[in-house]
Amino acid sequence: MKVGVVTFPGSNCDYDAYAAVRHILKENVVFLWHKSSDLQGVDLVILPGGFSYGDYLRSGAIARFSPIMEQVVSFANSGGFVLGICNGFQVLTESGLLPGALIRNSHLRFSCKYVNLRVENAGTPFTGACRQGDVLRIPIAHGDGNYYNFDGDISELENSGRVVFRYVDHRGEVTGEANPNGSINNIAGIINAEGNVLGMMPHPERAVELILGSDDGLKVFESVRAACRSGIKAGQA
Amino acid sequence: MTTKKATVYIRLKDGVLDPQGVTIQKALAQMGYADVLSVRSGRFFELEMKPDSNNPDRQIEEICGKLLANPVIEKFEVEDSE
Repeated sequence: MKVGVVTFPGSNCDYDAYAAVRHILKENVVFLWHKSSDLQGVDLVILPGGFSYGDYLRSGAIARFSPIMEQVVSFANSGGFVLGICNGFQVLTESGLLPGALIRNSHLRFSCKYVNLRVENAGTPFTGACRQGDVLRIPIAHGDGNYYNFDGDISELENSGRVVFRYVDHRGEVTGEANPNGSINNIAGIINAEGNVLGMMPHPERAVELILGSDDGLKVFESVRAACRSGIKAGQA
Repeated sequence: MTTKKATVYIRLKDGVLDPQGVTIQKALAQMGYADVLSVRSGRFFELEMKPDSNNPDRQIEEICGKLLANPVIEKFEVEDSE
């Protein structure tokens, strides 16, 4: 598997993602500069966390128009795997690859802590190594992670298994207290209809070794590696 | 030829939670302004177009939809400044 990690001005989790793939997963990984128009033949694009373009205007709003994103959008539209983490999720919603928007946390504070995520759909290329209902311990670090969408679109996401991760308590129950940002239905991560573009606010790349506090995030990377190896393109499964 | 100037107002759509507005309203209540029922926040941009701009109104409209506002959560209004 060859992975490309996009670096926007203001990205700050690009090295974490790079390190997770290179040193833990031990796979080939390259940085993709935001001004470049060359995806270098990667199998998976990671849009990392951070504050691309200073979060000016809205989180992810400017990054969406960078040259590399034009390539990422056509890569995604032709079935390539794209994983947007935190700011990367915001870039995906701004670019229209995923529906909805991520607005200011309902409590207005930047929230940086471990959360529990329930795997709501273990049938995606990003969760194949998990079991349905697994609870993963993965950290969040964001100020704009409050997932918002229209009621109709939320029902559609829910009914088609496109809500992939949900914030839960340690017992795996969906509660108001377990919701760190006000997201509708405790939504932490969603996938596109074709199943090849995932956006999530929590940071799996920060939970890939027990010394970091958890290695649950590794499951996301192992899943997508297995999907790449099987050669099954999204929508063909 | 004069330059075209416009002010663009961006507001959250009705029904979209505005945590900033809510917090300001709460602060006002604490300050003694109990009459303030609600506060909605927003922002504005001032655009100045080249004098020879081709159809500046259409361009500004486009710019609002593509970049300045996120149509999922926001609405915009363009006002001629002069």
